[in-house]
Amino acid sequence: MNWKHLTVSLFGGDHGLHGIDQDGDFLHGTVVFDGMTLTVIGTTGHAPIGVNLALRQARAVLDTIVQHPGRPILLLIDTQGQQLRRRDELLGINRAMAHLGMCIDLARRRGHRVIGLVYDQALSGGFITSGLIADACYALPQAEIRVMRLPAMARITKLAPELLEELSHHNPVFAPGVENYWAMGGVRDIWTGDLAAALRQALGDASRDDQRATDGALRGGRRMAASVVQRVLDAA
Amino acid sequence: MISYAECSARERLARLLDAGSFHEWLAPAERVTSPHLAQLGVPCAFDDGVAIGRAQLNGCTVFVAAQEGAFMGGGVGEVHGAKLVGLLQRAIKERPDAVLLLADSGGVRLHEANAGLIAVSEVMRAVLDVRASGVPVIVLIGSANGCFGGMGIVARCCDHVVMSDIGRLAMSGPEVIEASHGVDEFDARDRALVWRTTGGKHRWLSGDCDALVEDDVEAFREAAIALIGMRRPVTLDALQAEHALLVNRLHLLDEAVPEGADDAITLWGRLGVAQAARVNDMDVQAVRALRTP
Repeated sequence: MNWKHLTVSLFGGDHGLHGIDQDGDFLHGTVVFDGMTLTVIGTTGHAPIGVNLALRQARAVLDTIVQHPGRPILLLIDTQGQQLRRRDELLGINRAMAHLGMCIDLARRRGHRVIGLVYDQALSGGFITSGLIADACYALPQAEIRVMRLPAMARITKLAPELLEELSHHNPVFAPGVENYWAMGGVRDIWTGDLAAALRQALGDASRDDQRATDGALRGGRRMAASVVQRVLDAA
Repeated sequence: MISYAECSARERLARLLDAGSFHEWLAPAERVTSPHLAQLGVPCAFDDGVAIGRAQLNGCTVFVAAQEGAFMGGGVGEVHGAKLVGLLQRAIKERPDAVLLLADSGGVRLHEANAGLIAVSEVMRAVLDVRASGVPVIVLIGSANGCFGGMGIVARCCDHVVMSDIGRLAMSGPEVIEASHGVDEFDARDRALVWRTTGGKHRWLSGDCDALVEDDVEAFREAAIALIGMRRPVTLDALQAEHALLVNRLHLLDEAVPEGADDAITLWGRLGVAQAARVNDMDVQAVRALRTP
């Protein structure tokens, strides 16, 4: 979904209220929702997340922590993954990504509610330090979440594409898809219908612990993670 | 001198920690294996590629995880990731003097792609929980596989990073970048270029690792001992300083790299490194002395 259509669905048609600016692939601004001001930070255009875009997001998170303690943060996610360039690797893209993730994590610890919303596309490195480190990550049903497409995965793992395709129908670990990420606990809920109501509910959700492994077990998409963690905790 | 790179995960544990002190949790005999590999016709490992447990290091209690790069490139799958998360969560409860991560990983295990991606993000959060609880987390990087993908991010979420000169730390592997943007973008077979971009010397000169050591198990042991108890709390001030450092570094390459010059060597020069052009030929001790405080 186009981010402007999304924000109209979430916050109504009065663009004057939105105050979200697009600068290249970077989205940043504030909105008033139910009388409460939210910081909105995101990307659009299936942006590749390089050092620069990671730092711009981190700056916006840090500014919110400093200037507006406790203000909730909504992350709007549309990314094709990390920037695949040698220059970004040279400049330490992994460190910039870690920095972004740590800024979001610090915001959470200082009482900012942080909600991730995959409204279009989310891939691997661009997702892991945004939606996946928020208090909770949500997705629209038409969004796409994946690490890699099946043909590329078949090429790299040297497994038959037909086998992966067949398995993808009943095992959520291989195949792209919002439902699969929901089943594995990576996405807390899929927002359908009244998006504003869904956001309201997400902002009011009290649970801020990492409950994804438990969700994955309950939903049947990741049956072992929670029990393995528990076995380690209990091991003699 | 015993090469850290040539050791298996279990050899590293045996030689790095105090002799005989490693007590493993979910050892291979318990057969906690990946539920996803069998249906792909891929052999599993009885430890899913990572050994975790408690040990002594110079008399201090440490929790430790060692990834095995020989099994699926050290890739993080559902069980592998959950073992790391369990170790970290246990550290919050039992408060060892430090947690050591012997990283040897290409990142997310593609055979379990979605589960691996979520698992790595759970590891990230657990690392930050451990740090917030006051226990330092130290990463050692010196294996042939290096530390890539999501594990490259995890490494930079920790208190300290120790690398050997042959260790590599990055996000996307050279092969992935070459496949995506061509050989002119990144020639993955050019070993010198790969190490200038991702290797221990580069990470030391740019401040991405806190100790640069020889490819020697004893050197890693000494570096880890020196870092035990040295916490680096994640505060707003610390992240503001980190931000300024990264922005400053980004701008070092704003000015075009001169025609024919190497961009890594150019970056080192702009970071204030003397004799930047000679770094590739220098030994570890000489490179260690080059870093400006």
